[in-house]
Amino acid sequence: MHLAYPAVLAALLFCVGLYGVLARRNAILVLMSLELMLNAVNLNLVAFDVWLRDALHAGQALTLFTIAVAAAEIGIGLAIVLMVYRNRGTADVDRLRDTAEAPRGTDEKAEAAA
Amino acid sequence: MTTTTLAVLVPLLPFLGAAAGLAVGRTAPGFVRPLAVLPTLAAAVLAVLVAVRQGGNTVIEASTELTPTGSVPLTLGLHIDGFAALVAVLVGVVASCVQIYSTGYLRDDPRYPSYAALVSLFTAAMLLVVYSGDLMVLLVGWEIMGICSYFLVGHHWETPEARSASLKAFLVTKLGDVPFLFGLFALAADAGTFRIDGILATVASGGLDHPTVVALLLLAGVAGKSAQFPLHTWLPDAMAGPTPVSALIHAATMVAAGIYFVARLLPVFAASAAALTVLAVTAAVTMVGSALAALAQDDIKRVLAYSTIGQLGYMAGALAVGDRGAALFHLLSHAAFKALLFLAAGAVIHAAGTNSLTAMSRTGGLAKRIPDAYWTMTVALLALAAIPPFAGFFSKEAVLVAAEHTALGDRPGVPAGAGWTVLAAGLLTALLTAAYALRLWLRAFRGRGAEAPDHGRQPIAMTSVLWVLAVPSLGFGLGAFVLDDWFDGEPLTPTLTTAVLGTGLAVAGGAVTYAVWRTLAARAVPAAPAPHVAHPDADAGLVEAEALHLPHPAEDPADPGRALLGPLHGPAADGFRLDALYARAFVRPVLAAASLVRFLDREVVDTYVRGAAGTAKGLGWLVRRAQTGNVQTYLSALLAGSVVLAIAAVALANAFAGA
Repeated sequence: MHLAYPAVLAALLFCVGLYGVLARRNAILVLMSLELMLNAVNLNLVAFDVWLRDALHAGQALTLFTIAVAAAEIGIGLAIVLMVYRNRGTADVDRLRDTAEAPRGTDEKAEAAA
Repeated sequence: MTTTTLAVLVPLLPFLGAAAGLAVGRTAPGFVRPLAVLPTLAAAVLAVLVAVRQGGNTVIEASTELTPTGSVPLTLGLHIDGFAALVAVLVGVVASCVQIYSTGYLRDDPRYPSYAALVSLFTAAMLLVVYSGDLMVLLVGWEIMGICSYFLVGHHWETPEARSASLKAFLVTKLGDVPFLFGLFALAADAGTFRIDGILATVASGGLDHPTVVALLLLAGVAGKSAQFPLHTWLPDAMAGPTPVSALIHAATMVAAGIYFVARLLPVFAASAAALTVLAVTAAVTMVGSALAALAQDDIKRVLAYSTIGQLGYMAGALAVGDRGAALFHLLSHAAFKALLFLAAGAVIHAAGTNSLTAMSRTGGLAKRIPDAYWTMTVALLALAAIPPFAGFFSKEAVLVAAEHTALGDRPGVPAGAGWTVLAAGLLTALLTAAYALRLWLRAFRGRGAEAPDHGRQPIAMTSVLWVLAVPSLGFGLGAFVLDDWFDGEPLTPTLTTAVLGTGLAVAGGAVTYAVWRTLAARAVPAAPAPHVAHPDADAGLVEAEALHLPHPAEDPADPGRALLGPLHGPAADGFRLDALYARAFVRPVLAAASLVRFLDREVVDTYVRGAAGTAKGLGWLVRRAQTGNVQTYLSALLAGSVVLAIAAVALANAFAGA
């Protein structure tokens, strides 16, 4: 199989994932898009591993690592999203703006209230 | 105990007393008075013991290396000859008297603990100067005295007079101390040691390369400390300090330290005829000028301050003609009677409720109110005017005899011109001294007008000290027949010529003043009483602090000093306008330079500082705008940045590959 097919497929997958991460508003869909991007990378790793005929199959080994790390990451990520949803009743990324630079003066009020 | 141990304890005891006094001053006020008086008294007793054991013949030398400096070593050493032993006794006795007097004088003063501790510290520093065998250690004591003088002159720091007087005293003496330090370095560089005996040995063997430069540099420091022309202007203003401080620091000890220093290193100065001539001229100008100024002052303490300057001029004159025995003899007797004069003046100011002589001359019966101060002050003024057989007569005669010997060429190595200068100025000053002493006495105690109010008797701590000091003022002159063994062995006894001349002039000065006073008093219309302090029953120190504010009455036609001086009276009352001259020549340029520096700092340097802060603030404002809180915006920016970087990298790589 020619290298172009998996490479183009991986690029498309990555772009779809990137669009999802940047544009989706639901945090769970953002996480799913993140997985798409990771798997696009995995696909690239496997494809280049085969194309280069690597004796040690470093690409495939690294893919396994990535899958393991991605599993852990999605576990923590989903847990955070769950907690955020429980606390706020929403998982909308656009509305989670606690770290925004507050207008002048509100910091002191927040501290005084705390 | 060995004599060395005793001698070490002499400066150490007041120092420990000062440290303890400062430490417990607030927590245990009951200990302050014993801690002030007892260590000083013990130091005085030990100083007497040291003097007795030293006996005036063998020099006690003891030293330990202080620190290896690589070049000229510093040593912690004692060098006690007859001069040092006697001056230490004097310092101990006067300091004890002043401490005892202060317990009465500043009885209710809230700052008494720190005051007493500073006086103790000062005493320790002065004793260190007296006993030290190493010039660097001497300088340490010298500077501690300066800072104690600064603090004590500024005791009433609520008043602007005291604040500016303490600053002036500090700055003017420092002006002399800078060349003094350079002089010490030059001297040590030539001699290879800071030890006094080593330096004297070098001088004796002719090893000093630049005696004139060294001597003139040292003389600048001496002029600052001992209030000699042209650095004397701080002393009259320093009278803003409490009277006991004036008695101890500005009459008996610190101002005498310069004279003592020259006496110790006299061979260094004697190696340069030019330095001796400069010293003689300085002393002559100081003597005559200060005596004229003293005749025109209205503040009783300023009269005494100018008188101190003049008497220090006598000592400097004796040194200029190469007789340190006479100088130290006059130093000792002057310290006794001038300390007495100041302490009595404190009692007078307390009783009169003013420090103005004009105001006192319009008050009658002051002598009856304070008989102790009256009688002791009379004794001390007679000593000051050098009337035989009081102490001042013998010591002043010793100076005049020394000047006469030099003028007649009996002393090799000292220019005869210096002798004539000192002799002429000394005789003229003897006349003026008697005049202002009698004027002070007549104006203070022979006033006519309303009776002085009765405030009861002075505290016993104050009056007893006056009588203690009256004894040496009366009888110390007999030391002329004994003391020459303690000094260089030159006779201190008076000779007929100078005795007749000096006493004759003094009597003439007194007689003229008395005649003028009688004439003016008969002619004068009774004037309105001058202002007095509002709370005359308060503590003596508080009365004095209040009297500092009182306006001095306008020129009094009944003042004999005014009639005697004629047109000179105005300038003399102003200290010959030296202060105005200094203000124009030094103070104003310094202030202008300071305002220039201020302008450069505020307008130029600060612009950069403010600009740096403003730039950072603006950038921070911009960056904060980007902080929206939306993670996806951040990621988009990140992506855009990465793409731009990647394109740039590729484009650059292609460009370089193409080139």
